[in-house]
Amino acid sequence: MSARPLAIRIRRHATTLSFLAPALIGIVVFFGYPLVSAVYFSFTKFDLLSTPQWVGLANYRRMADDPFLLQSVRNTLWMVAVFVPVRIVSAIGLAVLLTQLKRGAGFFRTIFFLPSLAPPVAATIAFVYLLKPGTGPVNTALAHLGIDGPLWFSSPEWAKPSLVLLGLWGIGDLMVIFLAGVLGVPTSLYEAAALDGANAWHRFRYVTLPTIRPVILFAAVTGVIYTLQYFDQAAVAGSIASGQATTGGGISQSFGFPEGSTFTYPLWLYTVGFRYHALGYANALAVALFAVAFAVTVILLRRAKAFSGEETS
Amino acid sequence: MTAVLETPPTVVQSPSAARRARRQNRLAWIGRHSIAIALAVMFLTPVVYLVLISLMTSEQALTSDYWPNSWHPENYVRVFEVTPLPRYLLNTMLYALTATAFMLLSSVPAAYALAKLRFRGRNLLFLVIICVMMLPPQVVTVPLYLMWARNGLTGSLWPLVIPTLFGDAFAIFLLRQFLLTIPQEYLDAAKVDGCGEWRTLIRVVLPMARPGIAAAGLFQFFYCWNDYYGPLLYTSENEQAWTLSLGLASFHSVHHVDWNLVIAATVLTMAPIIVVFFFAQRAFVQGVTLTGVKG
Repeated sequence: MSARPLAIRIRRHATTLSFLAPALIGIVVFFGYPLVSAVYFSFTKFDLLSTPQWVGLANYRRMADDPFLLQSVRNTLWMVAVFVPVRIVSAIGLAVLLTQLKRGAGFFRTIFFLPSLAPPVAATIAFVYLLKPGTGPVNTALAHLGIDGPLWFSSPEWAKPSLVLLGLWGIGDLMVIFLAGVLGVPTSLYEAAALDGANAWHRFRYVTLPTIRPVILFAAVTGVIYTLQYFDQAAVAGSIASGQATTGGGISQSFGFPEGSTFTYPLWLYTVGFRYHALGYANALAVALFAVAFAVTVILLRRAKAFSGEETS
Repeated sequence: MTAVLETPPTVVQSPSAARRARRQNRLAWIGRHSIAIALAVMFLTPVVYLVLISLMTSEQALTSDYWPNSWHPENYVRVFEVTPLPRYLLNTMLYALTATAFMLLSSVPAAYALAKLRFRGRNLLFLVIICVMMLPPQVVTVPLYLMWARNGLTGSLWPLVIPTLFGDAFAIFLLRQFLLTIPQEYLDAAKVDGCGEWRTLIRVVLPMARPGIAAAGLFQFFYCWNDYYGPLLYTSENEQAWTLSLGLASFHSVHHVDWNLVIAATVLTMAPIIVVFFFAQRAFVQGVTLTGVKG
């Protein structure tokens, strides 16, 4: 550094620290400490009341033959594989459509964006109702068209696709982020492509898509993380479709309805930890989830680096 | 705004070709707007439909009718009679407003330091903050729950509000990107006038970064308003502290034949947030996009 008097340097550091102090405390207390203790508890047997007993790798071994775990992993993987790409593709499609509108873009933007503000619980209740198999308006409308509507939230095959539909309704936040990306593409690139005789699809494929790749990466990372944490909608949809209370003691009975098809990993984690009070095992599940989220994120960031610059500049 | 699909300007065009291009453009315009209108109808249908059901009798709400036989706006009054909705609303307001205020108090200075101050380890700290965003809440659920239980704060909303005093990763990230766009000259000018860093932040940066701050604040507010996992975890055992999202989910079980009331309660829950968005829309969308999208 420079030959500045020590006193000034100390004062500058003190100022910087005063800006950062709350966030630094937050990182240590609400990120570092829970992560370390989650790892510690995952090696113990613990029920909230007694003291934790060290059991080594027993919790991790227990994962190997846990049928509920297997089912929840399958459901969550299905959601990651289907929901994340569908959500990204739809959001890009909506954003591109909005840039193409000369009239009323603001109006349409608001319409597409507003549902993403609906509380997940409220939106889920609405969709379970709209998609009611027997008397629901959607199936009634389909029947008018001569189509035999599916059972939606009440059938194991259709429950997860119903959740995807629900998620697409609330796509507005992601759409706005992509809108910024698409609008940020320099016009000169389009003009150059047009001179080369590129048609609309070419311009989208070879100009728009490569340019917004950092935004796609951002959406993929946050999408995977979001889907690995998918809790609210799955819990509420299962309980309402099965006609049970969502809070209170009955929560685990309605989880995953119908036939465990909406039983995601976080639902199992919640059940193990806060219904069975098997906190050691719950922490092992939590650590595994973090490891997977972290690994997927690192892989996505690495692959993105090979293509272009990072999202964060 | 550029239209990607517009035909490129060619050097020489015969009159008939020009006419053809114009007609093609008009067709494309009609096609695009038709798609947009169709999608808008699909997005709006659930909302409109909910409002219609909330105005039916409970018998009619069980059918698949689209249109109320008779209108019952008093359903909205009855919702208040059968559930402690005002208390849920008050709890939700308190939670969302305090959390938003606390979050801004702690996150704006941190974002300013990351964007505008030079210190060793700045990039590392930024990376760690990105990592915090990657950490699923389920991972920290158990240790944090135990921490709050030891301090006797479970059964209230405090465990959800207190952490916001210590910064929020997403908000810090968003605010940092925003503060980076403020030209250094303004800050230097303030320094020349004898302002310290804190005074510069309050006098110069805050007024200039208002859209970004509004956006970060609104994101936090919406998040709290819609939060279900947090209140479920910490207030399940104490109905006095329930928020709207919990009340709504349990409401269904208690009155599960009265779909019209359930939906009315749902509409009531969504209404305030739409009003907030309506008044904050411009600042909010500008903040999300970091560039300011012209609609």
